Amino acid sequence: MIENLSKSITKSQIWKSIFRVGIPTDNRKRALAMLGNVVLHLHPIKVKKSGIRMSYTWCMGGTAFFLFLVETITGLLLMFYYRPTVEYAFVDIVDLREAAAFGIMRELHRWGAHAMVIAVWLHMFRVFMTGSYKPPREFNWNVGVILLVLTLLLSFTGYLLPWDQLAIWAITVGSNMARATPLLGNEGPGAAFLKLGGQRLIHAGSDARFALIGGRTIGGATLIRFYVLHCVGIPLVAAFLIAVHFWRVRKDGGISGPM
Amino acid sequence: MDFVKHAINVLAYPYWSFTLVLIAFGFMLWSKGLWSKRGGLILLAAGTLFFLVSLLDPNFYLIVAKADNVPIVMMVFLVGFFVWFAMHKAIENDVRVSRGEPLFEKTEVEDRIFTWPDLVFSEFICMVVLTVVMVVWSIALRAPLEEPANPALAPNPSKAPWYFLGLQEMLVYFDPWLAGVLLPGLIIVGLMAIPYIDTNPKGNGYFSFRERRVEIGLFLFGWLVLWSQMIVIGTFLRGPNWNFFGPYEFWDQNKVEALVNVDLSEYFWIKLLHIGLPGNWFLRELPGILLIAFYFFVLPVLLKRTRWFKKYYDKMGPARYYVGATLFLFMMLLPIKMYCRWLFNLKYFVHVQEYFFNI
Ligand code: HEM
Repeated sequence: MIENLSKSITKSQIWKSIFRVGIPTDNRKRALAMLGNVVLHLHPIKVKKSGIRMSYTWCMGGTAFFLFLVETITGLLLMFYYRPTVEYAFVDIVDLREAAAFGIMRELHRWGAHAMVIAVWLHMFRVFMTGSYKPPREFNWNVGVILLVLTLLLSFTGYLLPWDQLAIWAITVGSNMARATPLLGNEGPGAAFLKLGGQRLIHAGSDARFALIGGRTIGGATLIRFYVLHCVGIPLVAAFLIAVHFWRVRKDGGISGPM
Repeated sequence: MDFVKHAINVLAYPYWSFTLVLIAFGFMLWSKGLWSKRGGLILLAAGTLFFLVSLLDPNFYLIVAKADNVPIVMMVFLVGFFVWFAMHKAIENDVRVSRGEPLFEKTEVEDRIFTWPDLVFSEFICMVVLTVVMVVWSIALRAPLEEPANPALAPNPSKAPWYFLGLQEMLVYFDPWLAGVLLPGLIIVGLMAIPYIDTNPKGNGYFSFRERRVEIGLFLFGWLVLWSQMIVIGTFLRGPNWNFFGPYEFWDQNKVEALVNVDLSEYFWIKLLHIGLPGNWFLRELPGILLIAFYFFVLPVLLKRTRWFKKYYDKMGPARYYVGATLFLFMMLLPIKMYCRWLFNLKYFVHVQEYFFNI
């Protein structure tokens, strides 16, 4: 009976209009399945057996990517509830944990973010230990380093959004460092030399920290700034670079292996 | 029991623990047994046992069980496991090579298999497992939420997000322009430079250790000994006022640590020459400036003459050698400053407060 059912489903016009090939049963169909599907065609048709072993890649790049997707989806759901203003941010989070159905979206999003940082580190470590940054993959290693930085920045900007004590003080500690940027920070070495007509160009109201947090202290302007970066700016750049990263994995000859 | 706890509290102090970690690190690079299955199991058992028994201690439990610290505990175990695993695979390949057998990866690299179903299915299984892990984790552990933000009331300690705690820990030894801006920037630059500096053609596309001992040693030193260890210290062992607390120590808000740190200029002009600090800041700081200049500009040239570094200079050429040496010296600045602080209470090599130029 199940066989009949599955047959009538896979033979139906609806199914066939979506999946051109059906469940592959021969090599021709295995190839067509990979070519005909926009998600699957990220992969080549054939791969090195050595390259796809769990013991070789640890599936860590894939894990990082999967967690990026988890963050995108759960983040989108969180955006339905959350308003990035000093007035509402905290109460929205309280509401979320008390009133929203399936109340683990915030948990998934937060723990997913932590897990993604760890996964990216371990992925980098794997790539290093297999020497996969060596020619011809130098450039992709560099794309990866930028992705690592973006991952950290995503986590950092998101940390502020709950607007509780943990959030603002962690961001205060972090952003205070910007004050000490050489030349560009109010208390950075060399900034005192940048003068115009005896007036300092770099002061607490114009330095790198001010640009980062949109004011002299962490406040509403910081919240909206971090919100926009966290939900739109950085994810867009990261998504683009992940695409570049995957493209390059293939163009550099697939997952690395001994010559 | 109390004696053991006390001993561990004392040994956890950075000047002991860092030294112990350095010794352990040397052993790691030298040992083979550590990376065998038996060595791994013993390490895992010891680590787990230490962790579980420690959970009985209320102070240890309090800090480890903080919601945001749970991922860091997981990270410690995961990093430990994967370092062991990578080294295990590497040593396995080394042994194969020395026996004249092909590399493990080499036996399968010519074997091209269809992506469907092998890769697609293992990816699918990974996704299912990860989904289950994430959902269970999210149900078991609530995301933290503290009091509403209050800009007038700073918690003590105020900590950055955990992945930046290594940088915050560096603030103990360096001013923010180094710990928070220059050194992190150089970490990124250094990581990006790796493929261009490392000219060793071997070890590309397979696990190996013998062929890349120095590269792996340097990477692990930066990533494990410095970055990861500093995060662990910053997260678990730094309490109110960023004072140090052993793992079983109560976080006492009133603990005071006497800070009697001395600048290099004072050592030079007062303790050595007995003539008092010069009024002119440049003259006052000249010894420190010369020392730093020597460290960054003369030392690489001198090292080049030694047999060991000459080998690298010849292989890498001047540009790679000097960029690599500079990055290396920047990395070593941290442990050097740490030991100078612990041994001589050194505050700054160069201290020009007028321009916030302190090293
Ligand atoms: C958001 C972060 C990242 C994502 C989603 C990601 C994803 C991936 C994936 C799926 C692969 C395929 C092989 C594998 O799974 O190991 C890969 C390969 C690679 N990644 Fe990443 N990656 C990220 C960050 C990084 C970082 C931080 C680095 C290095 C600093 C890096 C360097 C590389 C290199 C060199 C390869 C080719 C490896 C080989 O051919 O063996 N990636 N990445």
